[in-house]
Amino acid sequence: MDKKFIFLKDTSANKQIDKTRDIYTKFLDLLRQDNLQEDVQVLRIADAGIYNKGVIAKVFPDNIVYANITEDDVKKIIEITIKQSKIINDLLYKDEPKQLRLVLKNCGVINPESIEEYIANGGYEALGKVVKASTPKQVIEELKTAGLRGRGGAGYPTWKKWEFAREIESDQKYIICNGDEGDPGAYMDRSVLEGDPHAVIEGMIIGGFTIGASKGFVYIRAEYPLAIERVQMAIEQAKANGYLGKNIFGTNFSFDLEIRLGAGAFVCGEETALIASIEGRRGTPRPRPPYPSVKGLWNKPTVINNVETLATIAFVISKGGLWFSGIGTNESKGTKVFAVTGKVKNSGLVEVPMGTTLREIVFDICGGSYSGKKIKAIQTGGPSGGVIPEKFFDTPVSYENLVKLGSIMGSGGMIVMDEDDCMVDIAKFYLQFCVDESCGKCAPCRIGGFQIQNILQKISNGEGKIDDIAKLKRIGVAMQKASLCGLGQSAPNPVLSTLNYFEDEYKEHIINKMCPAHKCKSLVTYSIMQNKCKRCRLCFINCPVNAIGGNREKGFYVDLEKCIKCGKCMEVCKFDAISKQ
Amino acid sequence: MIKAIINGKKVSVEQGTTILDAAKKVFVKIPTLCKHPDLPPSAACGICVVKVKGSSKMVRACCTPIEENMDVTTQDPEIVEIRKTVLELILSRHPDSCLTCGRNNDCELQRLTADFGIRKESFQKSLRDLPIDDSTGTIVLEPPKCILCGRCIEVCQDMQNVWALSFLERGIDTRISPAGDIRLADSPCVRCGQCSNHCPTGAIVEKDDTAKVWQVLQDPEKFCVAQIAPAVRVAIGEAFGLGSGTVLTGKIYALLRRLGFKAVFDTSFGADVTIMEEGSEFIERFIHGKSELPLITTCCPSWVDHMEKFFPDMLGNFSSCKSPHQIVGVLAKTYYAQKAKVDPAKIAMVSIMPCTSKKYEITRSTDMFASGHQDIDTVLTTRELARMIKQAGIDFEHLPDEEPDHMLGDYAGAGVIFGNTGGVLEAALRTVDAILSGPDAKTKIEFNEVRGLKGVKEGVVEVGGKKVRIAVAHGLGNVEYVLNKVREAKKNNQERPYDFIEVMACLGGCVGGGGQPYGVTDEFRTKRAEGIYKDDRSKELRCSHQNPFVQQLYKEFLDKPLSEKAKKLFHTEYKARPIYRK
Repeated sequence: MDKKFIFLKDTSANKQIDKTRDIYTKFLDLLRQDNLQEDVQVLRIADAGIYNKGVIAKVFPDNIVYANITEDDVKKIIEITIKQSKIINDLLYKDEPKQLRLVLKNCGVINPESIEEYIANGGYEALGKVVKASTPKQVIEELKTAGLRGRGGAGYPTWKKWEFAREIESDQKYIICNGDEGDPGAYMDRSVLEGDPHAVIEGMIIGGFTIGASKGFVYIRAEYPLAIERVQMAIEQAKANGYLGKNIFGTNFSFDLEIRLGAGAFVCGEETALIASIEGRRGTPRPRPPYPSVKGLWNKPTVINNVETLATIAFVISKGGLWFSGIGTNESKGTKVFAVTGKVKNSGLVEVPMGTTLREIVFDICGGSYSGKKIKAIQTGGPSGGVIPEKFFDTPVSYENLVKLGSIMGSGGMIVMDEDDCMVDIAKFYLQFCVDESCGKCAPCRIGGFQIQNILQKISNGEGKIDDIAKLKRIGVAMQKASLCGLGQSAPNPVLSTLNYFEDEYKEHIINKMCPAHKCKSLVTYSIMQNKCKRCRLCFINCPVNAIGGNREKGFYVDLEKCIKCGKCMEVCKFDAISKQ
Repeated sequence: MIKAIINGKKVSVEQGTTILDAAKKVFVKIPTLCKHPDLPPSAACGICVVKVKGSSKMVRACCTPIEENMDVTTQDPEIVEIRKTVLELILSRHPDSCLTCGRNNDCELQRLTADFGIRKESFQKSLRDLPIDDSTGTIVLEPPKCILCGRCIEVCQDMQNVWALSFLERGIDTRISPAGDIRLADSPCVRCGQCSNHCPTGAIVEKDDTAKVWQVLQDPEKFCVAQIAPAVRVAIGEAFGLGSGTVLTGKIYALLRRLGFKAVFDTSFGADVTIMEEGSEFIERFIHGKSELPLITTCCPSWVDHMEKFFPDMLGNFSSCKSPHQIVGVLAKTYYAQKAKVDPAKIAMVSIMPCTSKKYEITRSTDMFASGHQDIDTVLTTRELARMIKQAGIDFEHLPDEEPDHMLGDYAGAGVIFGNTGGVLEAALRTVDAILSGPDAKTKIEFNEVRGLKGVKEGVVEVGGKKVRIAVAHGLGNVEYVLNKVREAKKNNQERPYDFIEVMACLGGCVGGGGQPYGVTDEFRTKRAEGIYKDDRSKELRCSHQNPFVQQLYKEFLDKPLSEKAKKLFHTEYKARPIYRK
């Protein structure tokens, strides 16, 4: 029997209990009983590219994927799939429709710690093709035909960036992979670095060849230990196999890679701040121009690309720019990975061709509302992005369309919100993030964000005044226009876009002192509905501040003076007798 | 040349010119808070935003090079609104203590707020409670007033290469502080005060000693004497609306008497004495091979502090001669006291200096008490004196000129050029040339190779028929280049690159000192320097050794340069000091 592998991963959203442990033990026990422990290796993996499908098991080399398996299924899998190489249809994982996986193609499919598997899947072919038979100019032409644009946020054409750096004469040039992913809820870069590190490395080597760099840095945030480990391992493997180092593929081209760790400052994802960070200086942006492609790391021409962009490069080279440009819309080519989270049934990474509508992503791929409540809006682009109301969900996803709606593509975060989400609260959350992450260098961002945050807090506390709305807009516009870097320029987007689409909700808070979503604590009151209350005393017992008054005979009530609005009573009530208004 | 349009006017500038500078060509001043002509743009404040046709964004004029055919608008209602909003945001974090601030009436933030006609504060005031750092006794750091423009840090790190100041923390909590959040006195700070001179607000100011001086002036027990440094006379006029570089020596003598000083001396006299000592020291080393070469000047206390911290391996190269004002100080309490029959214990000696570091120098070692008392009691900067004049209600501009008190007040041209970069060296070369050439030879007076604002000036000059290799560095950022050359040569046993080096901590020398009126740029430095040279040229005697009062001093009191007594009163020692005290 050929050696088989079983990869296990608990993909459920509740990460407190990892169920793979018991299933893993069961597999080992049963395999040992059948004396198969030498023939079948069971591994627990970090990411399978599948989400919210319970425990999944991938069987290799058959490449069979089972979802929602339980301990009881283990015996069946061993008997039928391992011993007979047959498929159990009931357990089979059915791929979500409408996705097109290019960047994520290898994630969860090949063993990321094996360069052999990467090579077996066509890895490093593109690199070979480029260094042996192409000129840098040809690579740039190919990228130009492909229409690949940076996946880090702004969507700058990749070929242009490379072309600028290539044209400049310099004894030393650098290419940097920006793996400083920091948007709340976004983890596509991590998944690629952990799941397919060689794709990123191959993209970087091709980049190095094209622009004439002999040295590259992979900048990864220190909070991604597995990504760091996998990339380090991949670098060493690539060196051992002659893809990195001197005279790659026997040519004159030499290229080396090193990892640099980021210390978790969001602003270090901004390219000039990232460069400062690698140079060992305080991570703050500097004015551009000069752009890094002219004067970057240690004043040498430097190209900085996002992880996803680099992971796409080899694809474009292998399949050809023309093929790649066939995917997507006129202006935005290829696919984009989104990290969909929030109130959807299936949250996770989805990769779709540009031009897929928001509705298709939210409803068809991610299964629509998790709670059954009406979906109100999505927030795209992370803290720099904006909110898009449901009425615009038929918009095809592209850099331009999202900007038109007041949001951005960003790195691809997508948070789905339903009626329970308060727009003031959402804006407050993102602003808080930007205030925390502002480097503090330029006044509009440093103080503007802080003041917006103050005003939002006031509104959420029910202390807002009607002219606060004008103030929010005034500060927001000043931040957009006068901040030095992208972080400050886009930080007010969540406020401005919610104000644009949901100004009434703000006014509700300010004028009527009401939070329609019942989210803003200060504007919510709890009470006990006497007609539903069974006088079980659970709320009375559980209230942390003794704010439930009354007794079994007369009934219970909420003492609003004492109530801290923690919601504990509502949580423990078994009869839905607590109302929140 | 780049051709572009600013506010509808055609402009043609060199490639690389920023929009801010290009706008000046068409008589447009774009407001800014963080950009200083001395420094590269930090792009921090966001006030200078302008519109460029075809771009939806606004760009910062301070750091954006103008491009061919760019169509720039620097002023429209939207731009003004944004600038105003940013300014109001800055004000929301800045205390309203203008009336009691060291920069009241001379504050860039205050001025801009007035210009924009801001009449109310739109945003919630949110001030920071951060401790004031006056540990150096020379400059005072008030972080709550800081608008984080970054000038002081740029000055401290790049212009001066001292690295005492840095940003700490981030976001809304960002503040200026010595790295590691230590006190300034425990940091590498050399007290040059350039940070205070470049600060747009009152976040860094000189330590104000005017109250102390008023007090001694009122004290009937005290005999107050004052001396003024060369650079003060050409800069103080700026505080009274007079042109930069106007020589006001006689008016300063007059006003000091009106303030209540009983004797008024001139530091330039001390400079003449310095030349006698330092010049002799150079001849001893250069001609007679006693001790090491190059000889390095030590008139600048920030430079001395910097050297003790960063170049302790070169202590042997330093002139042991004290700075001119210390010489005047010790002479006031010995020679003058004896001759004028004043109890030296009652003399209160006040130095008016262009410098914050002089406040530190007066107690830097026991050698500064050579008279048996503290040789200098108080140092006032030019800025502090200007305030005292205004307080006293003296019509300074129209005051008739007066003479100094003789004995310690008259100077040769060489004494006054100490205020300029290259001046000490030039003064020394004049005297050395004369001494080596003999009494009848016609000697050289003006040494143009040491003049001007080039950061490092190197050359070979001929004095007394001998070639002397010289270097002049001003701005501490320029020192490393010169001294590393010396170090390198020493290490490789090569011939020394220089014989005589002059270093001044501040760009332009003392005329650009940290205690001078605000707003210094190269234009001001040049004008002040011209004023100094004008004063020099106006003197009949141009060389220090020709000064009859200096000759008399040596005859009556000291015997000769480097005599036992001269060494005791005029010379000092140096020691290596830790860069960080903690």
